[in-house]
Amino acid sequence: MIMEKKTMWTKKDLLGLEHLSAEEIELILYTAASFKEVTTRQIKKVPALRGKTVVNLFYEPSTRTRTSFELAAKRLSADVINIEIEASSVKKGETLIDTGRNIEALKIDIIVVRHNCSGAPNILAGAIKSSVVNAGDGWHEHPTQALLDMFTLKSKLGRIEGLNVSIIGDIAHSRVCRSNIWGLTKLGAKVTVCAPKMLIPEGVEKMGVRVTDNIDEALKDADAINVLRMQFERDGATAFPSRLEYFKQYGITNERLKKCKKGIVVMHPGPINRGVEMSSEVADGQNSVILEQVTNGIAVRMAVLYLITLAKEARR
Amino acid sequence: MKYLIKGGRVLDPVEKRDGIFDILVIDEKIAKIGNDLDEKTDAVIDATNKIVAPGLVDMHAHLREPGREDKETVLTGTRSAVRGGFTSVACMPNTEPAIDNPVTIRMVKEIIKKDAICNVFIVGAITMERAGKVIVDFDKMKKEGIVAVSDDGACIQDERVILEAVKGCKKNGLLLIDHCEDMSMAAGGVINKGFVSTKMGLRGIPKEAEYKMVKRDIELAARSGARIHIAHVSCKESVDLIRKAKRDGVKVTAETAPHYFTLSEECCVTYDTNTKMNPPLRTNEDIDEIKKALADGTIDVVATDHAPHTDSEKYVEFDNAPFGIIGFETALSLAVTELVDKKVLLWPELILKMSVNPAAILGLDKGNLKTGKTADIIIIDPDKEYVYKKDLIESKSKNSPFIDWKLKAKVTHVFASGRLIMRDEAIL
Repeated sequence: MIMEKKTMWTKKDLLGLEHLSAEEIELILYTAASFKEVTTRQIKKVPALRGKTVVNLFYEPSTRTRTSFELAAKRLSADVINIEIEASSVKKGETLIDTGRNIEALKIDIIVVRHNCSGAPNILAGAIKSSVVNAGDGWHEHPTQALLDMFTLKSKLGRIEGLNVSIIGDIAHSRVCRSNIWGLTKLGAKVTVCAPKMLIPEGVEKMGVRVTDNIDEALKDADAINVLRMQFERDGATAFPSRLEYFKQYGITNERLKKCKKGIVVMHPGPINRGVEMSSEVADGQNSVILEQVTNGIAVRMAVLYLITLAKEARR
Repeated sequence: MKYLIKGGRVLDPVEKRDGIFDILVIDEKIAKIGNDLDEKTDAVIDATNKIVAPGLVDMHAHLREPGREDKETVLTGTRSAVRGGFTSVACMPNTEPAIDNPVTIRMVKEIIKKDAICNVFIVGAITMERAGKVIVDFDKMKKEGIVAVSDDGACIQDERVILEAVKGCKKNGLLLIDHCEDMSMAAGGVINKGFVSTKMGLRGIPKEAEYKMVKRDIELAARSGARIHIAHVSCKESVDLIRKAKRDGVKVTAETAPHYFTLSEECCVTYDTNTKMNPPLRTNEDIDEIKKALADGTIDVVATDHAPHTDSEKYVEFDNAPFGIIGFETALSLAVTELVDKKVLLWPELILKMSVNPAAILGLDKGNLKTGKTADIIIIDPDKEYVYKKDLIESKSKNSPFIDWKLKAKVTHVFASGRLIMRDEAIL
């Protein structure tokens, strides 16, 4: 995999991909490629962040993202603290900013934050000097997920530019989708979003994507698809009455894949609802890169933590 | 005490006066207006190159007392009003407890008598506890001197209740001020619905939530003959409906607030909660339409919707912050910058929107400079530029998106209820 390094990382935080340049995104992917090699070694550890402390501040339950960030930090030799706060108890207690400032007073370096409110990492980043990495906020952004999706795509297909990528599922409530749209379009991919009409948010076409509610149209010509988790427990319930009906109309099956480009890459940010967004055969099939995405997540997050730390050292 | 205000451009749209005059104030009353008055007075105020106008009237403000004195009090709120050139304000009933009965009105009147440094008028609730169910006793509340009724942020959703309220207002000659919002459509929304809400991942409030209720209110006003005033118009569709209603002779009036002609939804992208208001900031197209509506008379009033909130309430996640911003101290400057300088309104027309019209709609004998009247006079330096600094804000709360903005036009002197209450920008 050939990746070029064209720029320097200078930002204190990683809040989203919307305001990154193509060069900055490529720099992260380039850096991740060298960290990927580390994760295959016998001793999977480098001293890059020795003496640094990373705090995972999670206001929403998460297994894979938190574990991935934790491993990424540990493989860089940072000390890691996990703090899980139930969002419902926050209203009675400390504000996000007070929590952030208290954590900062413990002399830490980076806060990785996951929050149910869109924009919470932006507010936190504005209130503290420590770096903030967004691990997913509301429906807004999930930048490291999109970065690992792009890293995986680039590993598989050798490029991003010119690819047709379709994002299928609950577009309205997906932070993974928004970050993917920003990142992919910046790197020159042609992005299509596909969902039932009720799950297509107003004005999404202004983000530079093609919009359709027809699954066949979304699959036709696609080099890769990113299939989103359907969450029937919230707004999806009114938008789509039944899991079975959704699977019938939008679920990715072998029959549907047969009509697609050969070698189409199937991604999913997890956790999968088998038999809802895609069939088990597809999830475990040869087009699926779902587990590779998980593996690549560590390298990408190592790259993010490393670049942010490096930029901070340079500012000193 | 005798004061002579000398050499200012006196603007009084009611008396059709616009020219250089002197004003003599004797014992709290406007004694004489004329040229080259040369009386022996206690003080001469030089108003050369300044505008002398009737004190501004704000028909939509939240003074938070009783109940939320941590946000604002009648004392701090009226100081803030005076700083911005308002000599009369109407305070909304969304206090704790709500102003929904004569006893509470008397209590608020006592606070006003004790602490207010300008005129404060009371808007009563329409329903008990502003819950939208049981209509208050309009008769008794009117006798206590309320100037209008409104459930403010809690727009009445129940058709039967609003119909009964409108009938009651008609019978009592009361003005009904409505915050137009269909709650089921707006539910959970925090920002205008559209591209910006989509990319920010925030729940949107569609314009329809506003204009659907504007439409309802216009129909109610047409049917009942009651006077209905539409609060804080924010979007084009509402303007279109009101324009047509006025053409059809319906007794409906409307206001907007400075933020709706100054800021668009684009300002929200940093998640600054001082851009979170209800109705939400809309699009540039809406801003243009609001300005047109001010120019053609569709919108009668510029009100502030001064809504103080503490830092600790506002400085949180966008979803969790309360709606609203403070507005007294920036309203005139923003109006001058966006409306007068951009040739939407002439100065006398601005005084109409910010003093004459709100006074007339509320039925107050304010907004003019007639001789013999108790002096409510302000002097404005129309060209003075300044930076709006947080530590100079009079309001107890500092929730403004305009902090550190370079603004223009400053009130230098204020006579409220006959008393010189601000001199050379210093509140006395």
